[in-house]
Amino acid sequence: MTATTVVTGIGITAPNGLGTEDYWKATLDGRSGIGPVTRFDASQYPATLAGEVPGFVAEEHIPSRLMPQTDHMTRLAMTAAAWAIDDAGVDAAALPEYGMGVVTAASGGAVEFGQRELQNLWSKGKEYVSAYQSFAWFYAVNTGQISIRHKMRGPSGVLLTEQAGGIDSLGHARRHIRKGIPLVVAGGVDAALCPWGWVPQLASGRMSTAGDPARAYLPFSPDACGYVAGEGGAILVTEDAGSARERRAPQVYGEIAGYAATLDPAPGSARPPGLGRAARNALADAGLTPADIDVVFADAAGVPDLDRVEAEAITGLFGPRAVPVTAPKTMTGRLLAGGAALDVATALLALRDGVIPPTVNVAAPATDFPLDLVTGSPREQDLRAALVLARGHGGFNAALVVRRHAATTDPASGRND
Amino acid sequence: MPITTTHVTLTDLTRMLRESAGEEEGVDLDGDVIDTPFIELGYDSLALLQVIGEIQREYGVEIPDDAVVDAETPRALLDLINAGSTSAA
Repeated sequence: MTATTVVTGIGITAPNGLGTEDYWKATLDGRSGIGPVTRFDASQYPATLAGEVPGFVAEEHIPSRLMPQTDHMTRLAMTAAAWAIDDAGVDAAALPEYGMGVVTAASGGAVEFGQRELQNLWSKGKEYVSAYQSFAWFYAVNTGQISIRHKMRGPSGVLLTEQAGGIDSLGHARRHIRKGIPLVVAGGVDAALCPWGWVPQLASGRMSTAGDPARAYLPFSPDACGYVAGEGGAILVTEDAGSARERRAPQVYGEIAGYAATLDPAPGSARPPGLGRAARNALADAGLTPADIDVVFADAAGVPDLDRVEAEAITGLFGPRAVPVTAPKTMTGRLLAGGAALDVATALLALRDGVIPPTVNVAAPATDFPLDLVTGSPREQDLRAALVLARGHGGFNAALVVRRHAATTDPASGRND
Repeated sequence: MPITTTHVTLTDLTRMLRESAGEEEGVDLDGDVIDTPFIELGYDSLALLQVIGEIQREYGVEIPDDAVVDAETPRALLDLINAGSTSAA
């Protein structure tokens, strides 16, 4: 029998909230974290808005020894990981270190650190480059630092599928768990709010250049004009359900029931985009039908053509206006490798509390997108399963199904803290 | 270029260690650490590479690349630095 993978811990660093409950409250209140960029001078670039994580004082979360060797991205990721591990009630020192792995998603690595050191190299010379540049900017740095800090030496890795990575990391974690690894820390946290992180996104032509935070990122709207970038994301503790029960995990947020990934065909191909196929495959993997899905967390590109592809994928699978769809990332911006991980965390919180968070700033979807978009305020509803969709630049598609797990309501598994 | 009259002290070194590589919890760099191996103070070879880079920039001394391996304690590193500042004269 195949092992069941459950999520037992969540750690969130998001533009509209630091910490899971802070984020969740803001998200249900419809409070956005999008505003003018403050982390660098963005005034000379066409896009000037971002979702920045508020109130993060790194020294409060990161040991002094790690400060010189970590980027802002890695500090956010390590903080989210520590919170997730704590939330899961995992005492890493008491568990077999080779039985715990770490799989994170990355988009461009720690580009803020890398940019600073390359500027030093170019303007002052090689003696001015930090010795820690050797690893601090590298794609796998979040995985490495989390693994070292918590002594998790089981199978580990990093997945680079841009915005789809947050889901792909969880799919990969489940693969490790099915092979017998009891626990894998997974998800994604990104932070590329620096010129080096900005320019490649601008080059994609998909970034919003609007100046009003309430009008800049409007997925599925007739006024969609691109996306706003953000920083942050979520780290989750995924576990074998049996192991989680044995060690009396304080809670089970839900089960990773289905996962699938596809690649879009080459541009100009007559074949259809792959998002709908990823969604169908994920449902099939979970052994569910569209009628079992109570809410869809959309990728929500905010680019008209891409919104159309997603709307068609959803209506093609569920029918017109047949399932509630939401994009709480309208309050955070798109977080690159962190975005889909945060959406999965949000979907699990929605299952826990029986409430769908809203898509903000969008009054209604464009008339030719027959979606039941949850706009304005949260919608209370009993939720059994959620489908989370994500697309990464370059044709990556990923879909994940999370559902309530029986242990969620099993008081015998509970430990109250 | 090089400052020839420099004498780097343990106080200077611990300050630069803190700046370049942070301070390990449970280690008191202000204590009697002159003969404590760097590894026991929580500094690996990369941390030493980082602090040696800072010393070279700040004091204009040249420190041989092997110092990272050879200088196992603050005393040994200070000897190398202060010898380097003389030889660079």
